[in-house]
Order: sequence, then structure tokens, then C-alpha cells
Amino acid sequence: MDAIAARTAPSPLPKLESTIQVRDLDFYYGKFQGLKKVSMDVAKHKVTAFIGPSGCGKSTLLRTFNRMFDLYPGQRAEGQIVFGGKNILEKDQDVNMLRAKVGMVFQKPTPFPMTIFENIAFGVRLYENLTPRQMDERVEWSLRKAALWTEVKDKLQQSGLSLSGGQQQRLCIARMVAVKPEVLLLDEPTSALDPISTAKVEELVNELKADYTIAIVTHNMQQAARISDFTAYMYLGELIEFGETNQIFIKPTKKATEDYITGRFG
Amino acid sequence: MSTRLYQRRKLTNAVGLTLSSAAMALGLIGLLWILWTLFYNGFAALDLNFFTKSTPAPGTAGGGMANAILGSLMIVGFATLVSTPIGILAGIYLAEYGKTSKFAAATRFVTDIMLSAPSIVVGLFVFALAVATVKHFSGWAGSLALALIAIPVVVRTTENMLNLVPGSLREAAFALGAPRWKVSLAVTLRAVRGGVVTGVLLAIARMIGETAPLLFTALNNQFFSANMSQPMANLPVVIYNFAMSPYPDWQQLAWGGAALIALIVLAINIVARVVFRDKVQA
Repeated sequence: MDAIAARTAPSPLPKLESTIQVRDLDFYYGKFQGLKKVSMDVAKHKVTAFIGPSGCGKSTLLRTFNRMFDLYPGQRAEGQIVFGGKNILEKDQDVNMLRAKVGMVFQKPTPFPMTIFENIAFGVRLYENLTPRQMDERVEWSLRKAALWTEVKDKLQQSGLSLSGGQQQRLCIARMVAVKPEVLLLDEPTSALDPISTAKVEELVNELKADYTIAIVTHNMQQAARISDFTAYMYLGELIEFGETNQIFIKPTKKATEDYITGRFG
Repeated sequence: MSTRLYQRRKLTNAVGLTLSSAAMALGLIGLLWILWTLFYNGFAALDLNFFTKSTPAPGTAGGGMANAILGSLMIVGFATLVSTPIGILAGIYLAEYGKTSKFAAATRFVTDIMLSAPSIVVGLFVFALAVATVKHFSGWAGSLALALIAIPVVVRTTENMLNLVPGSLREAAFALGAPRWKVSLAVTLRAVRGGVVTGVLLAIARMIGETAPLLFTALNNQFFSANMSQPMANLPVVIYNFAMSPYPDWQQLAWGGAALIALIVLAINIVARVVFRDKVQA
């Protein structure tokens, strides 16, 4: 009992403000329970990494933060996810509004079938009325944020599909940042990219955390160690261990975490 | 390695290849034969008069198909204007909204029946609906009948195309906070616009050659007329009438009309295949 209590207790983040507070979160894919009593805080303007073997629920957890699961009937979440002082799992939550504030980038780059400029303007237009000049500025600003501006500034009217995979992924990050969200959710953002593009995206994450709260799911342990401030190790739908990345990687308190990190398992 | 086994395998391969090539040749010969006959007999009729003069009175020489060409263009044009938005919107409903709901399943079933419904049935239906009630044939009734034939084609191609859009693209648009209608119109439909346009083109190709529905609806008009409220000349019905007539001049015109339709259908199919080859951009 004690072990479970320790595991499910909200992990304390002393002296740190948190953006998202998860409490006793259960998640179901139909009858299958994908998350079991997960509780944790996502620290403000820090990078929180989620690691664990395939199927452990890390992506599932990430997809509850913007209620992506709403798209699929049969998937449901119970418990509390407090963001901006409100439980976003409640029925009256405007999910479109939520997703504008909690942006997401996926494993595979997903540029829209339109120009590079339009790829970014699409999301901005949903919630803001900008003059053409302001829109130009916003597009440039977000492309600079995503470290893509110098590569595409002369071909904004070309299709987003004409870019390389790594550029496409940074375009997706620019597109997300352009909407000015508070939280960035990255679901294995570099698993389809080559090492150089991966390094660029990691560098980007490092710069973006000054302004955004970032949660990243990764299969790459070194990546988690390199870019995150906090790490959560999950297994079979449960949050096994959560703490500062240094502590998790150097001196994990649980044997299971240590086994996974050192490659003896998973 | 058994040489005998290898020899036998080579023989089986040769037999199989020969049989399938012969089958392909048979099919191709049929098509080429039809095209050759059409163009051999038809091209002679395709002169300037064919495109500028209206159908001749019985027994008179000369004349052309101008009224029938205009009629066909107008009837098919309006049918396309009506069936394209309805078909695309219904396709979006099935792929993005209805999905597995009962109403969507019923719509899909009815659409499939409409796809294979004999066109003469559609013609009779529109006759009862829009001709018998007003007591005269009209171009509008012809358009309505053709639209009923085209809608299911557009619905199914749109739905099939949208189903090819990877879920990740849809999720990415939702993740920006876009409402469903915006995701459907601005992202997923856009991703498959080539395929949807192909579907519309194929529907046009289908409509332009339909005869039975027009016999009961637009009928025919010997004179040049752009009035959709009146009976209207159109290529298929004129071909049908003239080909059955005893006058060689008329038969010649019918060949010309048939060649023209074949050319249009051929051109549409080639455009659909070449220009819109990339059906999904994602």
C-alpha cells in the first residue's frame, strides 16, 4: 500500500510554479485502462520529458493535456487536469480554445497542403484578426522562433510539402508557436528525423522553454537527459517515478526506473 | 536443383504470360476498333458547319450540330454545378462527420444503389417529377436527371479520397484549435483536391454520354435554343434520332456527334489521369 501511495502522491516541485496539475487521472480506451491514477505537476517554463517502453501510456498522457482523445469515441479520461485554474476534463471546457493554448507537434511532420506562409497563417487566423502587415510579422516571428526563417524566407509562397523532413517538423513547431500557446506538447518530435535535424529541434526546445512550458515524449533516453529538466518514467499506464532529470538519470529511487534507463529492460 | 522442375516452371510462366497478354490484347482491340470506327466515320462530318449550323429539317441537306452541342454543354454544365457541391458536401459528411453512424451507413447504401441504378429509371423518375407535372419537356429536367446520376459518383469519390488522408494530418489541424468544419474544408479536402476534381471530371464524362435520362426529360429541339425551360437539343438524343433515320446526311451527322462525344470523354479521362495524378498531398 505504501508503495502505491508514494507512487500516486503528487510529486512535489519545491519553489516551482506549475502550469498543469494532474490528479488521479485514469484513462480508458474502451474497456482497456491506458492510464492508472496518474498524478504529477508540469513545471512552468521547464521541459518535462516522458519516457518508458512502447505502450506505457506516455503519449496517452500527453494527449489528455489538449484533449486530443476527444476525436475518438470510446476514449475517455477521468480525474483532474488543472490548467489555468480549471479542470479541463470538464464537459463545458471549450476544446478548440484549449488546443489553441496547448499546442502539439507530432511524430511525423504534418505540413498542411498549402504554402509555407499559409501553413502558419491558418492557425493564427482561427483566433486573431490581423492586418496583412501584422500577419507578415507574425509569420516571420514564428519562423525565427523555430529557427527556420533564414532557410525559407525567400520561398514563403512555396508548398510546405516541398521542405525536407526536418524543415517540415520545424515548420510544424513554428505553426504551433505562431498561435501563441502557453504549453507545447511534443510527441516524439524527432523520431522521424535525421541526427542533424534532431539536434536543431533539441536546440530549439532549449530556447523555447524560456517562454513556454514544454512536455515531450521521447523514446530516446539521451534526448530526455539532454533537454529536459524533469523526467517522468512510466510503465503499463502508471507513473513509476517522477523527478528532476539529473536525479532520475543518476540516482533513480526505483529499481524499475534504473533497469529501464540502463537498458536492462525495455 | 532439378532441371525438370525449372523447365516446367518456365513453361508455366510462358503459358500464363501468353494468356494474360492475349486477354489484354482482346480488350484493347475492342476499344481501338470502336475508336477507329467512330473516328473513321465521324471525322468527315466534323467540319465548320458541324459546329456552326443547327440540325437540318427532315430531307434537307447540310446543317450541323450547333444546337445539340450548346444544349449538351448547358444541360451537363448546370447538372455539374448542382451535383458538385452536393456531392462533395455529402462526401465530407460521410468521411468526416457521419463515419460509422447509422445515418451515414444508410446514406452510403443508398448512394451505392444510385450508382448502379439504370439511367432509364432515373429518366422516368424525373419525367414523372418535372415533365409530367408541367406538361412539357425542358432542359432543366434534363439537368436534374443528369445531376441525380452524377451526385453518387461525386459522393463516393470524395469520401474515398478523404479516407486516404492520414489521421495525423487531421489531428495536426485539430491540435491548432481548428473547429471540425474548418479542418474538413481547409485541410483535408484541400489535401485531396486533385482526387475530388478527378471524381467530378469522371462524373462529367459519364453525364455527357447519357441518352436514356435525356430522352424522357430534355427530349430534343430542332432549333438553336438556349432556353432551359423548353425542350432542348443535346448530342446523345440527336445521335440516337439521326442514327436511326433513313437519311445518309443525318447518319453522317450522328457519326460526327458520336466521335465528338468520344473525343470529349477521352480528353476528360486523360486530363483526370495526367493533371491530377497525385490524388493525395500529405
